[in-house]
Amino acid sequence: MADITNGSATVTRVYRPPPSQATGAIGWMRRNLFNSVLNSIITILLVLVIGMIVWNFLDWAVFKSVTSAKSGQECGKISPDGACWAFVVDKYRLIFFGTYPYEEQWRPLFACISVIAMLVLSCDRRFWNAWLAAIWGIGSIVTFLLMFGQIFVPLSVLLIVALVAGGVGLLLRRRAASAIEVVAYWVLATVGAVGLAVLLWDWVMGLIGAPDLMVRLSAFVPGFTIAPLSYVETSKWGGLPVTLILASYGLAFAFPLGILAALGRRSKLPLIKGLCVGYIELIRGVPLISLLIMASVMLPLFLPTGMTIDKFLRALVAVTLFAGAYIAEIIRGGLQSIPKGQYEAADAMGLSYMQKTAFIILPQALQVVIPPLVNTFIGFFKDTSLVLIIGIFDLLNAGEQAIVDRVWSGYANEIHVFLAIIYFCMCYSMSRYSKYLEREMNKSVRR
Amino acid sequence: MLKRTLAVAAATVALGGFATVAHAGKDLDAIKARGSVICGVSTGLAGFSLADSKGEWTGLDVDVCRAVAAALFGDSKKVKFVPLSAQQRFTALQSGEVDILSRNTTITMTRDTSLGLDFTGVTYYDGQGFMVPKKLGVKSAKELKGATVCVQPGTTTELNLADYFRANKMDFKPVVIEKLEEIEQAYFSGRCDVYTTDASGLAATRATRAQNPDDHVILPEIISKEPLGPAVRHGDNQWADVVRWTFNAQLEAEEKGITSKNVDEMLKSSDPQIKRLLGVTPGMGKALGVEEDWIVKIIKQVGNYGEMFERNVGKNTPLKLERGLNALWTQGGLQYAAPIR
Repeated sequence: MADITNGSATVTRVYRPPPSQATGAIGWMRRNLFNSVLNSIITILLVLVIGMIVWNFLDWAVFKSVTSAKSGQECGKISPDGACWAFVVDKYRLIFFGTYPYEEQWRPLFACISVIAMLVLSCDRRFWNAWLAAIWGIGSIVTFLLMFGQIFVPLSVLLIVALVAGGVGLLLRRRAASAIEVVAYWVLATVGAVGLAVLLWDWVMGLIGAPDLMVRLSAFVPGFTIAPLSYVETSKWGGLPVTLILASYGLAFAFPLGILAALGRRSKLPLIKGLCVGYIELIRGVPLISLLIMASVMLPLFLPTGMTIDKFLRALVAVTLFAGAYIAEIIRGGLQSIPKGQYEAADAMGLSYMQKTAFIILPQALQVVIPPLVNTFIGFFKDTSLVLIIGIFDLLNAGEQAIVDRVWSGYANEIHVFLAIIYFCMCYSMSRYSKYLEREMNKSVRR
Repeated sequence: MLKRTLAVAAATVALGGFATVAHAGKDLDAIKARGSVICGVSTGLAGFSLADSKGEWTGLDVDVCRAVAAALFGDSKKVKFVPLSAQQRFTALQSGEVDILSRNTTITMTRDTSLGLDFTGVTYYDGQGFMVPKKLGVKSAKELKGATVCVQPGTTTELNLADYFRANKMDFKPVVIEKLEEIEQAYFSGRCDVYTTDASGLAATRATRAQNPDDHVILPEIISKEPLGPAVRHGDNQWADVVRWTFNAQLEAEEKGITSKNVDEMLKSSDPQIKRLLGVTPGMGKALGVEEDWIVKIIKQVGNYGEMFERNVGKNTPLKLERGLNALWTQGGLQYAAPIR
């Protein structure tokens, strides 16, 4: 109610609320669901059908379900029409951790938590700087230390890390960094390069059977082993950690590979361009399954007898190569969306190719393609289940393994529903995150 | 052109791979140096190789490998299991990824010859059969004219089925379903009159899925021979010997009544054959290149063939398989060990 005073006359107007049938939930339903006879009929029918489906599902999954039984037949006796969740209760550790030694299964559990924590932290934009490298470095060491139990770090790996760190630092920050920082990069790169050269020389000498005159450097510093736990080889890994590691590391490696391939494809040098186009088109031209079969069936035939490459590593490489090609095409789309003026401005500033790419082009290009990238990630998370073909038990295949057990035969649906829920949680949270990112990223553009 | 060049290159390299495989030697030395046997098993077949709720590998095929480890290292736990798909299995063996392939593999001539494998014995005699609901009143597979038959695709089972019906001049309608779970569902819901697969599979399906197992009969005709057994690659006969005689020792032990429970008493036996088997009279272990008490280790840790069979697929398991062809020759079966002497 409000009074409007206007000179001598006082008029009182009563504002009535709109009729209750036109607002709120009722109003919305009247406007959208029951606005004509036909629509009303359709609405009622649909509600009935959906209600029936939901009721039947609940009846099966909740009201008539059995949560404790010793075998499938016992389940059938207790409640023939209900879900046999006792099956899942009995098998959940097999599904989550596969054939990992039973007493040690706390290790893959914490490894999963570590990977998920790593992924969640990587999602926060505040960490999109040097923090990201630290998160993945520490997270990876924790994850693989838990999974393997023992990690042997050969000297060569340390030297390669030093060389790469020094080299990248020099390439990007030679002009911008302080004198001490530049010296540090030079030292890192030199130590790495010289060390690797000596190791290579030593190795070649060993190969041609040079006598002991040559100082066998690698014998003095062979690397170091971190061994707090018992060793568990990859053939025993299974379940959720395999899915998570294959998906997250496959994509983590594929991402830089994709960036390089995308940049290479736009290169003016014909050889680099040809190689990149060849790689991308070859991989995109074949299904992932054929790549996995190639890695598991053909590759061993090419290697000398007795020399085998770890099956898990082969799968990881196959997934990386495959995802790399798709990511390259997405990033190329991002690169093409950058206006030419940006390139020209960077050139005019006198930036080198590296600086231009790293500081001007890529940050803008990647920002544009984040939503399609997340979409690819969701797809690959699910595609990792194809590794069954080469005998690796990821989450889905560990579930299939549980279904085969004759003690519980006839209750495959329970396992499938259980697996579907896990996959849905993972993929839905990813898609929500991409939605959030899209909103965040577009803040500058939106009015 | 490019395609052809690639194909030629691939073929050359592949042949090169086979050639080196054929000439490889001393697998046994490599296994001893490694300290464990690497055993290729199925990615999941109830009773033969399957990870149980604790993630431990169990099954007849798995125990075959455990027995070899017991013979070689005196410890049945020194085995690494590598699950292999049907496509992968032979390559994995040829390339040295696994030492034994114990993966319900049917022994055939071409596998033995052109794939460069050596089969060391038959650990399970199987064969393709038919199951029908009892209410149909069918007594013989010869009466199945015009029947709807549930069968899994892409296996010899499908080919055997077609051969059998053609040979008997009968027609049939195949219902082809890939997944075991679904094909069993189809049979029990009445979508087909007959379900055909290996007899062991039929028995297992009937025991676990049927509302009332007595309502279904497995017909007497067995239309194919499926002798299943472990294989090693060509090139190291000594290693093949270890695998072959490990299994023979398990059969021989069953024949002599030596079990994991009474093996210690049997050591005091005066029967010269038992004394030879258990290494009381030395010689057998040395001949094979293992410890003299190798059979004692096998029997104690894995058991004789009968124990292995009953534990994994026998009467008290969900599969409830009869010994049938797999009984010892003394009990009307086909399992017949060459003497260990």
